[in-house]
Amino acid sequence: MDTQSVVARIDRKHPGSILKFIKDANEIVAAAGSFPQLMKAVHEENFDMLVDIVGIDWTPRIPRFDLVYLLLSTADFTRLRVRLQTEEGQEVPTVSDIWHSANWGEREVYDLLGISFSGHPDLRRILTWKNFDGHPLRKDFPLQGKHFDKPFNPETIEDY
Amino acid sequence: MGIENKLTKFAEGSVLVTSLEKLINWGRSNSVWPCTFGLACCALEMIATSLSDFDISRFGSEVFRPSPRQSDLLIVAGTLTKKMSVMVKRIYDQMADPKWVIAMGSCASCGGVFQSYAVVQGVDQIIPVDVYIPGCPPRPETLLAGLMKIQEKIRTEKLDQRPDHTP
Amino acid sequence: MAEAKTITLNMGPHHPATHGVLRVVLELDGETIVKATPHIGYLHRGIEKLAEHRNYQQIIPLTDRLDYSSASANNIGYCLAVEKLMGIEVPKRAQYLRGIMAELARFMGHQLWLGTHALDIGAMTVIFYAFRDREMIMKINEEISGYRLTPTFFRIGGVAHDATDEFIKKVREFVKWFPKALSGYHTLLTENKIWTTRTMNIGAITAKEAVNYGLTGPSLRASGVAYDVRKAFPYSSYDDFDFKIPVGENGDVYDRYLVRMEEFTQSLAIIHQAIENLPEGPVQTDNPWIGNPALSDVEKDISALIRRFMINAKGPNAPQGEVYQAVEGAKGELGFYLVGDGSEHPYRMKVRAPCFYLASAIPRLMTGHMIADAIAIIGSLDVVLGEIDR
Repeated sequence: MDTQSVVARIDRKHPGSILKFIKDANEIVAAAGSFPQLMKAVHEENFDMLVDIVGIDWTPRIPRFDLVYLLLSTADFTRLRVRLQTEEGQEVPTVSDIWHSANWGEREVYDLLGISFSGHPDLRRILTWKNFDGHPLRKDFPLQGKHFDKPFNPETIEDY
Repeated sequence: MGIENKLTKFAEGSVLVTSLEKLINWGRSNSVWPCTFGLACCALEMIATSLSDFDISRFGSEVFRPSPRQSDLLIVAGTLTKKMSVMVKRIYDQMADPKWVIAMGSCASCGGVFQSYAVVQGVDQIIPVDVYIPGCPPRPETLLAGLMKIQEKIRTEKLDQRPDHTP
Repeated sequence: MAEAKTITLNMGPHHPATHGVLRVVLELDGETIVKATPHIGYLHRGIEKLAEHRNYQQIIPLTDRLDYSSASANNIGYCLAVEKLMGIEVPKRAQYLRGIMAELARFMGHQLWLGTHALDIGAMTVIFYAFRDREMIMKINEEISGYRLTPTFFRIGGVAHDATDEFIKKVREFVKWFPKALSGYHTLLTENKIWTTRTMNIGAITAKEAVNYGLTGPSLRASGVAYDVRKAFPYSSYDDFDFKIPVGENGDVYDRYLVRMEEFTQSLAIIHQAIENLPEGPVQTDNPWIGNPALSDVEKDISALIRRFMINAKGPNAPQGEVYQAVEGAKGELGFYLVGDGSEHPYRMKVRAPCFYLASAIPRLMTGHMIADAIAIIGSLDVVLGEIDR
């Protein structure tokens, strides 16, 4: 599949939803305003598998986070990346109603980076536990946690 | 079997005198039933130990019990995370006395390579450990050596000095 | 009549058939599963965070411990991602050796799956045979790297050292021996009436849904989608080898079983071709800041010693940029998303774990089936918790 023509078609359908297209990396930089429409259009263009969602913390940049959606078309095995920039405290519209795999992917991003998704059916922590303090993959979170040098007490852990 | 011949030659069908303590310890040390409980990579070496090539049943420990209530030995095989520590503590509490614990591998012994926010730095922070086994993951022979250490420990135990003893 | 009530049953994280520390909360109506909720994270060790604090060479042992049942398959994914980021070309001999090790790792993963999956459903004999043959691969691993389970044999820019004659001999022996063992597995299970009754039409998923759920690897191919990263995006000289992608039809537990059994044969073909056509040449890149100097040079030459020390203690710097490199692990598409910032640590490393998305499909696969089938479904997905939780 020629990603260039796919991008041109989507741009005609939803003008302004694509800020930039980087040809070498097959990457779309998405505008925050019309993100759900863009993702629906990408899905209609046969990108039927959401391979993964990657969150990157670029602190102290504003907006702070990058979300990279890795997509794949199983018809002819073309890859596409969609990048969305988002700020701390800002909610990102969920895509779990388009690709089911986004359900857990978004939960992981929420857990490890603290980005909320609006409209997600079950937004809970997934890898860490219920009363975990902070979001470990943020750059200001220490590698060893906050109480590394103190004796560990399992009773402090609260689980779902 | 040769042992019967030897015994009859030695005792001629009469009695053997030993202390009750030695007899109990002898029985306990040769039937240490481990709990079927694996956490991470070391669990695969634990499975390998229990199967054909290494055959843990030579030491009387082939009966892996899924229920902690029927097992004597908890082999903590793998990385203990903070989220899992609650369950490991509960499994240990559910085991009936007498019970022993092996910390298998460097993760269970001291946290290993995972010095991070999510990992308990050694299982001895939450439950008492009898034998530590080094390695990442340890070879099956090392686990068997650890098991033999446990047996050695059991054979030399004084029953009235066990932690579960109530005078 | 009394009102029908559902009961909630907690399965795991300490359960012999969840292959680690997976926890599934089942809601049951009698014996039928109405709802299944998987809970993960009981083996979350923070590998992605740890990777941000280590240099590129030091991360390789961490990747071994992701999917610990097939460790070399993770190494190859990580090394290829770093090489893509740094723009390094790996010599042909190293690529072939990597291919052999990765396919042997696939064997290890599939043999563990076969043994434990059959054991869970009640066929106890299989695990003894599967682990007998798995020991052979462990011995090959030990021969080349000194470690049985987690070889850490790969380095950035190649492999740690050249293959020994003993290694090649042992691999040849294994290739010769394995077809016999495989036909033994087939005799035990494939047409076994109990086995087919327990696995056919259990946990079926259509191709469209499987893609939507993000399934990859044998679980996706069992539904009829011929997606294999080795064919779709060839890496590490996989396009030199002649092999097929086995595809199923129904996407049920039995088809997933058949696909994996056929993968044994295909992987064996790859190993056979690679070991017989192993090219001569170096096994490390000639880039002096990445390729380790040989130990024989280190003994004679102080500058080689310093270089070896620098490469392993400080590690190479990667340029700024973002890459995604996927490989076909034993469980499916294993991807590494690396963000370099010019230093010797990755700015961010994200592991696309196939098992993470396999586990997310558990509610869909289990609902409507009997409680005894829950074990068969978990076993057929072949989840490894080290990879799900990272």
